[in-house]
Amino acid sequence: MSNITDLSLNELVDNVKSKKISSKEITNAYVERSKKSNKLNTYIEQTFDSAIKNSEKFDKSPNLEKKLPGIPFAVKDLFCTKGIKTTASSKILENFIPTYESTITQNLWDAGAILLGKLNCDEFAMGSSNETSYFGNVISPISDNLVPGGSSGGSASALAAKLTPATIGTDTGGSIRQPASFTGTVGLKPTYGSCSRYGIVAFASSLDQAGPMTRNVKDCSLLLEVMSSFDHKDSTSVDFKRPNYCLDLNKNIKGKKIGIPKEYRVDGMPKEIDKLWEKGKEYLKDCGAEIVDISLPHTNYALPTYYIVAPAEASSNLARYDGVKYGLRADGENLIDMYEKTRSQGFGEEVKRRIMIGTYVLSSGYYDAYYLKAQKVRKLIKNDFDDVFKKVDAILTPSTPSSAFKVGEKSNDPVSMYLNDIFTVPVNLAGLPGISIPAGLDKNNYPLGLQIIGKPFDEQNILNIAYSMEEKINFKLNIKDWWIK
Amino acid sequence: MAIDLKTVKHISKLARISVNDEKAKKLEKDLNLIFKWIEQLNELNTDKVEPLTSIAETTLRLRKDKILSENIRDEILKNSPNDNKDYFVVPKVLE
Repeated sequence: MSNITDLSLNELVDNVKSKKISSKEITNAYVERSKKSNKLNTYIEQTFDSAIKNSEKFDKSPNLEKKLPGIPFAVKDLFCTKGIKTTASSKILENFIPTYESTITQNLWDAGAILLGKLNCDEFAMGSSNETSYFGNVISPISDNLVPGGSSGGSASALAAKLTPATIGTDTGGSIRQPASFTGTVGLKPTYGSCSRYGIVAFASSLDQAGPMTRNVKDCSLLLEVMSSFDHKDSTSVDFKRPNYCLDLNKNIKGKKIGIPKEYRVDGMPKEIDKLWEKGKEYLKDCGAEIVDISLPHTNYALPTYYIVAPAEASSNLARYDGVKYGLRADGENLIDMYEKTRSQGFGEEVKRRIMIGTYVLSSGYYDAYYLKAQKVRKLIKNDFDDVFKKVDAILTPSTPSSAFKVGEKSNDPVSMYLNDIFTVPVNLAGLPGISIPAGLDKNNYPLGLQIIGKPFDEQNILNIAYSMEEKINFKLNIKDWWIK
Repeated sequence: MAIDLKTVKHISKLARISVNDEKAKKLEKDLNLIFKWIEQLNELNTDKVEPLTSIAETTLRLRKDKILSENIRDEILKNSPNDNKDYFVVPKVLE
């Protein structure tokens, strides 16, 4: 048999169910590989010993009805895990041990999965390259000194390096889809309200969604099936009939109308991306889908809107880190001094910058000019999508305007870093589902992704389209183990 | 509109994040760069547009008024930065 870590999530599940491989064999294989991966800096916390114990426990009385029977998972360190340190990659939460479990991770454990460890990310998920983490940069297994994208950079890197069979991330403006695109993996941001936000360290509550990150589309559909659930503990969780995304996955997309938005052809975009986009259209036509030219006229305004809305929500969400009930506390001469020193020492530069932006746009005299204005433009952006979805079933775009870049290349210019998310941010602002699938390579052999955007709660449709395209694209991620020490 | 050093200091006070002069100067530069870029939103006329306040167009659910977690004082105090086992302790507020 081939190497255990080369098998897909679905293959592992099938092998456990047919008793060909035990949970312990799988867990051991991933633990051994993960132990050699320090160079990538993907893990913040490793729970290898308890993972192996849990796999033994699973094998003793295996419940083979489970959807993820005894499958080990490393997860983004933004999900609270009971009794296990959860830092959001911030100094301010360096020693925080939650006394409760996030709904998403609980869904994973209920389905039989086993925790391998917690993965590095941008601090409070604020970043597009995993360079804002208090615990250092994550390196992409694709090439030395290359960023994996962000904010779910540790998740993407660990997935691409086969340190975990699949993983979960969170996506506020592209934090699942952009790193998936950079690392040649599949990442899906579900419709707002599909996956519970309970127990996820909050960044921007009207935009945050958790989602699956996997090696292929079928794995993505299986993991979404486990993650998505109605949850009373999240006031914005939506109670709708959830399909069996994996069971219902099919390649019948004949007659589907796919929109191509002209505004997503931006200046300075590498030729390869345009070519892949064209190829994507051809593949869809081959599958019997119909290509329709569409316009999303307010696309250009999505990023500036996002950089008002998201920091405003963040400044309010992060007000809780005051050194009183949990997290870092710095000594101060009085209460106010303690707050100011705690937050100054506990937050990194990007987080401070965004809290400052948010505080400014919400401050007296500026609210109407910035925050209210942004909410109005957000409405226009959502209207754009509502209008085109009367004519098309889904939208095809590139996932990012460029491939992965080198560590340090963009960290001195916040605006150029923000531009990474130009194609992913509109989807969050409109609360829609979007999936990034690997589509090809650029001239440096770095992966590039295509994004499929769907109607609200129409994940099955974009998964089916992605599944059809995946077969035609036939992308092979050829990562050498240069990083193994 | 430009953000000056005085405004940066004012925002940092509101945000309860102390910044030294060097950091404030860096923030002044960054924030001006970002807000200059953000101001392209003013190209759009939004006089007649309703603001989007929530993506989930539903009203919040009500639930029965019953206690869901009891006797969790120790759990709540577990991550307190102060050693006191009974209370959250902060620096003296009243003289």
